[in-house]
Amino acid sequence: MALLEVRSVSKSFGGLQALENCSLSVEEGEIAGVIGPNGSGKTTLFNVVTGYIRPDAGSVSLRGVPITGASPAKVFGLGIGRTFQITRIFARLSVLENMLVATQRHEGWLRSVIRAASSPAERERAMELLDFVDLSRLASLPAANLSFGQRKLLELAYVLVADPVVVLLDEPAGGVNPTLVNEIAERIRVLNRAGKTFLVVEHNMEFVMGICHRVTVMHQGGAILTGAPEQVRKDPRVLDAYLGGIDEDEESDGSQVDGAVDGT
Amino acid sequence: MRLARSLPWVAAAVLFGVFPILFSNPTITSIAVFSVIFMASATAWNGFSGYVCLGHAAFFGTGAYVLAIISTVANFSGGYGVFWLVPLGGLVAAAVAVPFGLVALRTRRHTFVVVTIAVFFIFQLLATNLSFTGGSSGKSTPTPPWMAVGYNDRFYYAALLCLVTAFAISVVIRRSRFGLQLFAIRDDEDRAAGLGVKVTRVKLIAFVISAFSVGMAGAIWAYFLGQVYPQFAFDPLFDLSIAIMAFFGGLGTLSGPLIGAAILESLQQYFTIQFSSDDLYLIAYGALFLIVILILPRGVVPTIASLGADRRARRAGQKAELPYGGLGAVASPRTHRTSSLSGLVRHASQDH
Repeated sequence: MALLEVRSVSKSFGGLQALENCSLSVEEGEIAGVIGPNGSGKTTLFNVVTGYIRPDAGSVSLRGVPITGASPAKVFGLGIGRTFQITRIFARLSVLENMLVATQRHEGWLRSVIRAASSPAERERAMELLDFVDLSRLASLPAANLSFGQRKLLELAYVLVADPVVVLLDEPAGGVNPTLVNEIAERIRVLNRAGKTFLVVEHNMEFVMGICHRVTVMHQGGAILTGAPEQVRKDPRVLDAYLGGIDEDEESDGSQVDGAVDGT
Repeated sequence: MRLARSLPWVAAAVLFGVFPILFSNPTITSIAVFSVIFMASATAWNGFSGYVCLGHAAFFGTGAYVLAIISTVANFSGGYGVFWLVPLGGLVAAAVAVPFGLVALRTRRHTFVVVTIAVFFIFQLLATNLSFTGGSSGKSTPTPPWMAVGYNDRFYYAALLCLVTAFAISVVIRRSRFGLQLFAIRDDEDRAAGLGVKVTRVKLIAFVISAFSVGMAGAIWAYFLGQVYPQFAFDPLFDLSIAIMAFFGGLGTLSGPLIGAAILESLQQYFTIQFSSDDLYLIAYGALFLIVILILPRGVVPTIASLGADRRARRAGQKAELPYGGLGAVASPRTHRTSSLSGLVRHASQDH
């Protein structure tokens, strides 16, 4: 049984079909990649899996348990963590407090009002992870002061705090300088070796081909092909999807959808 | 450091504790009662979640009417007994906040503000038109049998107790896990939801807690005035007042709403008495609001705090470099292990 299974999911926004009969599976312990041109439905797929968008049809299951339509908080509680394409951090909280947000989900409200915001064990774990992404010396700084690349690392780290079974990364290398791209790739690989499963959406082919065990190609809302990186690289359909086969109008429509979804 | 920080609080507590002993003039103590009632309300209103509610007068009025109606219906004789209705007023206001919040908290930002104003006016209309509220002639509360000397002091201490309660709740929440969740919602609600924060529940509970304290303040206010009318108990100016007080002092800080309410409410009462005009303070409020927006958009307390922080940073800045190093600041020896894209790909293929 696949760890994460997306079965025939469809979603349309008005007249635009963002996802159409899209299926995908992620096996335990792998780094799975999703590539595809702008507007092919990658981010919408993430939003469906993590509960931000309810699909029109199809199902999502984690270890065989259906999670379709569950709230984002519930999905996270079940063990699916994600980062966003445009990094989203809590700007007015300190870096360390950002890390602690994900530790908050366990208790009832009355207990949460009375209990201190974090326990020493939680802070220690948070600092370990900050160390892991090289941000520990900035722990007490407001997160607003971080650079774009540092925000990417912080977002990765604070998702890991809750120890999710699978982490969805939405363009982890987008807009980041090459040195940091390597750094991020290396961090992902280290975590994967320790047993963490990843699903990565990325435009940077080099990055995807470098870290992923399996790559799925999306085009016009559907998964058209899944295979090993070398296979995918050679497949004519991939070139077709990226370079031709669709006209300009559709392409620009599609990127609008991606943007609209991010804004929600 | 810790002592230095708690010293102003201790001083303020002592000052407020002995205030009626120092000033026995009923004009002044009356101003003090109103000020403390508004300090409690502004503290309770102070949105840690970043939601600006302009409908809290609905809770203030609910608390006021609960005290007036129950004391009338149950034939309370004036005296200390009536104060027992104050927490009840808070509880009813909190109960009212549940459906109010469930509706209003589905929206955000400007829409939320507008919805809260709309809901508030529904309350005002209800108070005017329902039979058990006494309609536009209002309800009166029992008259206490106390002597003129020290008459205000009882209300002052009751209001102070209410303020202490609201303040204590604020302090506890700020330090709690719940508080962190509220702050996370303030910065990015959807992201917080994606990290397991149950946003709807957290927002609603914060709303209800806030309504509780404001309801208590309203109940004391009603007893102090002796009479409640729909247009004064459910007063849109109450909403604007506590909002301006919190903004003026510094939204989201502990001391901001206290300082804002203490200054503004005293000024308002003073204006009213001095110029025997009820409306003059509105002009002053408008002017002040402009000043706050233009010069102190974050409020008095955060502005002063950041001035102090700047000075400290400048003093320390000579030796310590500020940690804004950008990417370079986090680059470590680790980054050199895979120094190019080809290296990246090679590493990956070795792994699998």
